[in-house]
Amino acid sequence: MTRHIVAPAAEIAPGQRRVVEVDGKRIVLFNLHGEFFALSDRCPHQGGPLSKGPAIGLVESPCPGEYSYGREGEIVRCPWHAWEFDIRTGRSRFDPRRMKVRAFPACVEKGETLQAETFPVSVEQEYVVVEV
Amino acid sequence: MELPTGTIDADLHPIVPGLDALAPYLPPLWRDQIAMRGMEGFDTQSYPPNSPKSVRSDWRPETGVPASTIEQLRSQVLEPWGVARGIVTPLYGVQLVFNEDMGNAFTSALNDWTREKWLDADRRLAGSIILPMFNAEHAVAEIERCAPDPRFVQAMVLVMGETPLGRRHNWPIFEALVKHDLPLAIHAGSTYRNPVTSLGWPSWYAEDYAANQQAFQSMLASLITEGVFVKFPTLKVVLLESGVSWLPAFLWRLTKGWKGVRFEVPWLDRSPIEVVRENIRLSVQPFDAPDDAETVKRLMDHLGSDEMLLWSSDWPHWQFDGRPKLPPGIGPELARKICVENALSTYKRLASETVS
Repeated sequence: MTRHIVAPAAEIAPGQRRVVEVDGKRIVLFNLHGEFFALSDRCPHQGGPLSKGPAIGLVESPCPGEYSYGREGEIVRCPWHAWEFDIRTGRSRFDPRRMKVRAFPACVEKGETLQAETFPVSVEQEYVVVEV
Repeated sequence: MELPTGTIDADLHPIVPGLDALAPYLPPLWRDQIAMRGMEGFDTQSYPPNSPKSVRSDWRPETGVPASTIEQLRSQVLEPWGVARGIVTPLYGVQLVFNEDMGNAFTSALNDWTREKWLDADRRLAGSIILPMFNAEHAVAEIERCAPDPRFVQAMVLVMGETPLGRRHNWPIFEALVKHDLPLAIHAGSTYRNPVTSLGWPSWYAEDYAANQQAFQSMLASLITEGVFVKFPTLKVVLLESGVSWLPAFLWRLTKGWKGVRFEVPWLDRSPIEVVRENIRLSVQPFDAPDDAETVKRLMDHLGSDEMLLWSSDWPHWQFDGRPKLPPGIGPELARKICVENALSTYKRLASETVS
């Protein structure tokens, strides 16, 4: 896997997302409360752009008629057929073991630690780095 | 074809010869109402007595009521086909009565009639507890009243009732069934509380009978999405006279829809098709497929389980002529599962009961 600097972190606010292209792949970056996550922007079902889907909370239930609702904004629903994916892992909610969208390791690093090859880096800023 | 040794017929329908037959089993109050009100009987539009579908022509006696005596069942099914065990489920329209107390009394009488006229008459027979579904408390009480008799191996409701069956007001019924290890059979037919199609009332019997398939689909969707099998994971539901071939296509649609709206039913932690494989069983008459082994094989592949089908004749309903049939292309191993083993694993009471 190769590390790629894909965006200045400050440009994607918490709750926002941005699509970047790395090695010919469309990847959507999500900022969840300051943490960054990167998913393929192609839904594994029919290729819908997850970057255009709403981010919602997670509804769970210990038994019929009881609901728990949390992790607001951490589940993305594909805009085409509404499949839910966990932004943190890429796993679908309906079949987390077998159905998932590809997730790439992402982190934020300071410009001074990064070697700018294809992306102009300033040492003072922080950048989102994705391994593809 | 020859049926495997030990074959169990999961869907037999004794016909109540008339309302008077239930009189001995009714409390005096309701017994006297038969004459006082001039009640004529509970034959229903679901199986009109003279409709060809209701009774196979060679099973109609020259005089008298078809399928109403143990001798008829013996000579038409048990003896000529070597059927080892049978589950009898009368389809007399006690479920149609609007007065819930009267419905309850006639339902109990029907169950006692089954016990005395059929179960006592032939040890090969087991019975279904017909449930008075107008009132869940009555249904639970009827389960409790009949369950101590191990010859009752399941309870039965009609597929078209008042409300979708999976609703929580029915859960005490499922709880009682699970407590007694009784599967719930859902049989074709309507209580006529609602039109038999969601479009409204159809004009013809052919429409009425075909509409059962839609009802079975909606019924399955209700049971699964309401979370009945999450709450009662050991509950087995047996669809009787439901048809079979519609199931994979219906599950395709339900599962597809569920993937997009899982958040509505977060308790449903498995795909509907997995729930069906685990909890649902179907009788094989009617099967609704062409006489073509390749088609049937594909259908079995879609079902993805060889444990779901139970053999049935649907006596005296006219599903086939002549000797008993299995769908084409079913090999001896699968035939044995369908005719014997699947019923034994579905009906725990049938398996633990010994017949000499």
